[in-house]
Amino acid sequence: MNGILAILFLLGAGILMPGVINRIRAWLSGRKGMPFFQHLYNLRAMVRKGVVTGHTSTLIFRAAPSVCLASVFTAMLFMPVGGLEPILSFRGDVILFAYLLAVSRIALILAALDTGSSFEGMGASREALYGAMAEPALFIVAGTTALVSGYTSFADIFPAMAFRGFSIELSLVLLLLVYVIIKLITVECGRIPVDDPRTHLELTMIHEVMVLDYSGVDLATVTVSGWLKMAALAAVAGNIAAAVTGGGAAAVVGWMALVVAIIAVVESFVARNKLSRNTTYILTIVAIALVLFLVAFILESDIKVG
Amino acid sequence: MHWLTTYNHEGGIPLADIPEVSYPEFHGSVCARLGDSSCHIADYFAVEQDGGLRFFCLLADDRAGSVDITSFRYGYYDDDPLPSVTALRPQAHPFERQIAERYGIKFEDNPWDKPLRYPFDRFNKETSIDGYPFYTIEGDALHEVNVGPIHAGIIEPGAFRFICNGEKVLHLEISLGYQHRGILNLITSTPNRLRQTVLAESIAGDTAVGHSTAYVTAIEKLYGQPSPADLLAYERAVALELERIAMHIADTGALCMDIGYQLGQVACEALRTVVINTMLCWCGNRFGKGLVRPSGTRYPLTPETAAMIRTNLAEVVRRYTEVREDLKSAPSLLARFEDCGVVGREQMVTIGAVGMAARASALVRDIRATHPWGPWREVPFAAENKRQGDVMARLMLRGREIFASARYITVLLDQLEQTGYTDRRPCYDIALRPRTLAYSLIEGWRGEICHCAVTDSRGNLAAFQVTDPSVHNWLALALAVRGEGISDFPINNKSFNLSYCGHDL
Repeated sequence: MNGILAILFLLGAGILMPGVINRIRAWLSGRKGMPFFQHLYNLRAMVRKGVVTGHTSTLIFRAAPSVCLASVFTAMLFMPVGGLEPILSFRGDVILFAYLLAVSRIALILAALDTGSSFEGMGASREALYGAMAEPALFIVAGTTALVSGYTSFADIFPAMAFRGFSIELSLVLLLLVYVIIKLITVECGRIPVDDPRTHLELTMIHEVMVLDYSGVDLATVTVSGWLKMAALAAVAGNIAAAVTGGGAAAVVGWMALVVAIIAVVESFVARNKLSRNTTYILTIVAIALVLFLVAFILESDIKVG
Repeated sequence: MHWLTTYNHEGGIPLADIPEVSYPEFHGSVCARLGDSSCHIADYFAVEQDGGLRFFCLLADDRAGSVDITSFRYGYYDDDPLPSVTALRPQAHPFERQIAERYGIKFEDNPWDKPLRYPFDRFNKETSIDGYPFYTIEGDALHEVNVGPIHAGIIEPGAFRFICNGEKVLHLEISLGYQHRGILNLITSTPNRLRQTVLAESIAGDTAVGHSTAYVTAIEKLYGQPSPADLLAYERAVALELERIAMHIADTGALCMDIGYQLGQVACEALRTVVINTMLCWCGNRFGKGLVRPSGTRYPLTPETAAMIRTNLAEVVRRYTEVREDLKSAPSLLARFEDCGVVGREQMVTIGAVGMAARASALVRDIRATHPWGPWREVPFAAENKRQGDVMARLMLRGREIFASARYITVLLDQLEQTGYTDRRPCYDIALRPRTLAYSLIEGWRGEICHCAVTDSRGNLAAFQVTDPSVHNWLALALAVRGEGISDFPINNKSFNLSYCGHDL
């Protein structure tokens, strides 16, 4: 029962997040903005439309959206929300979670290459590079939580963290992990400053250009996968923060909302990176994550420095 | 070798007064004069006349402030070789390509002998835009990316072929000519002056005032009487500068949009609306269509309109100053714009760039300052310029020009307040002087717009030639992206914001 509640909550979060981001952006730019549920209306329009595929693309292209959605959804099944335990869990599911997200990425990369378009090839090459560079950061974050909790399953990690209570130093380290995850979301979900989800310029796109050939239901599937991916990663951040501050599921909701708000605020006031700077940006995320891991390790092992 | 020295504010020139020289003489003289960076080709075109072609070349000399004209003749059965000017002076390329395409003239050794815009009346109807001969480079490490001709947004068609090494652009070739509107033929094939004016307004939608001013100025020079009262020229100048302000603000916003900088984008979009709505209040059209008409105007300025323009401009300048300060101090924006898409002054001279893009690279070409006409002869104007030649320079120059234009409009309105406003109504049925050439150079917001009209012995338009600044400047964009990442192409493109339809006609 708890598991079903957790997944329902995450699905709901995934569906609401784009609306929250759009509303905050509209508010900060002094505009009336689009309706809160506009992205869902768009989704409805997409679902109603037929699918058009290029004649160079094969089954891979048609299968990729389903693979993408299925893997992200499966990954979400491992994610608890505060005290709500997930449906699935086993020792080491942290690694499966990371690789399920990677599977969704690879499915889209293959589909992009399958179209034979030079744009999509460029997008795939960028996505592969940034994905590979960002992966260590996700693992180090997961590793740090495993280190401080002593478990390797999300279902155990967060309750254990919430149970033990942290020193101020360690609390700070864990809250900084949330910062790392926010930056990771900008990479994984193609938000500013890494990618611009609103851009209409195929030469500068990363994620959007890979799905350029998709239409109708397929495009809807890919879009929903993106939302869910953001919800899953935001849930990691929310769970970590809630474990530090306490407060259970309600705190997770609050922290997740904060994460989304931060993303929206950044998008309102910051320009995109030059593409060649993205690599530096991502390496910085990895570096911060690594420093946090080491600090956590030193604190946990009670090593006296100096 | 002699050239006829003329000035932009003078009337039409009888064809008999224009010297006619031999081609070798012409070739030598043009190449020699173009070696001086203060000279560039304003226009170079052919007109069918007396059983052959007569070529006219207009050379703008910035230092002397003159436009020097000469011509040569080439009969239908002549087969003397015509060595290409482009081979020595690349800036001649659009003109030679256009002549070659339209009349089947072969310029020898032209290194870039490609079709320009595939007009319906091209000489060789066998050629098709599908077979455009793109430049290629062989190499396993390289890949080609083709963008267009159908634009991903809703703007105009143009094919951009990139040759890239990874993300880095080695070469970009731009192929335009997808529109085939045949504007020039439409203008010459109707005697209806109003229709011609409306056609001229539609040459480029974002330069409606610029092109219509250029058209009516050229046509008025063909009237047998001196050009109409200066008051009219003052009002047109106000409209021209309003158009410049509106477009520069729009481009500032578009540049911000392309890098995902929402704050600058929405601020500029709102601000541009103020400017074009001011135009709407004045003449009923946000882009100034219907405002500029030969010999008069249907929407004369009134004290109320003038006061509204003043109030709105003051507000626009105040708010744009804030936006500009914000842009100058946003690190994420500077990281994108600075040192991106640099085109040096030498390159700009070589390709014969004009207008705002040239001025951003320290090549000061501004018709308002060098070849003044109308109010600019009485109220002098100093051209703004920047020297860096990158995207940021083009953005910052836009800001300076907005402020300069706003100041200039205020001066013009002050003058008009003292002299009173015009009450001339447009007049469409004045006969044109026969066998006369009239040109007009107008500094539109992109740069110099050149319209040339030639009449036959009965006073009908025998030829009408339009050169949008984009014709000179498209090559600058291709040079700007060399060595840049392909993902920086959009901001470079936007920083020039060249016209497709102004080129395609």
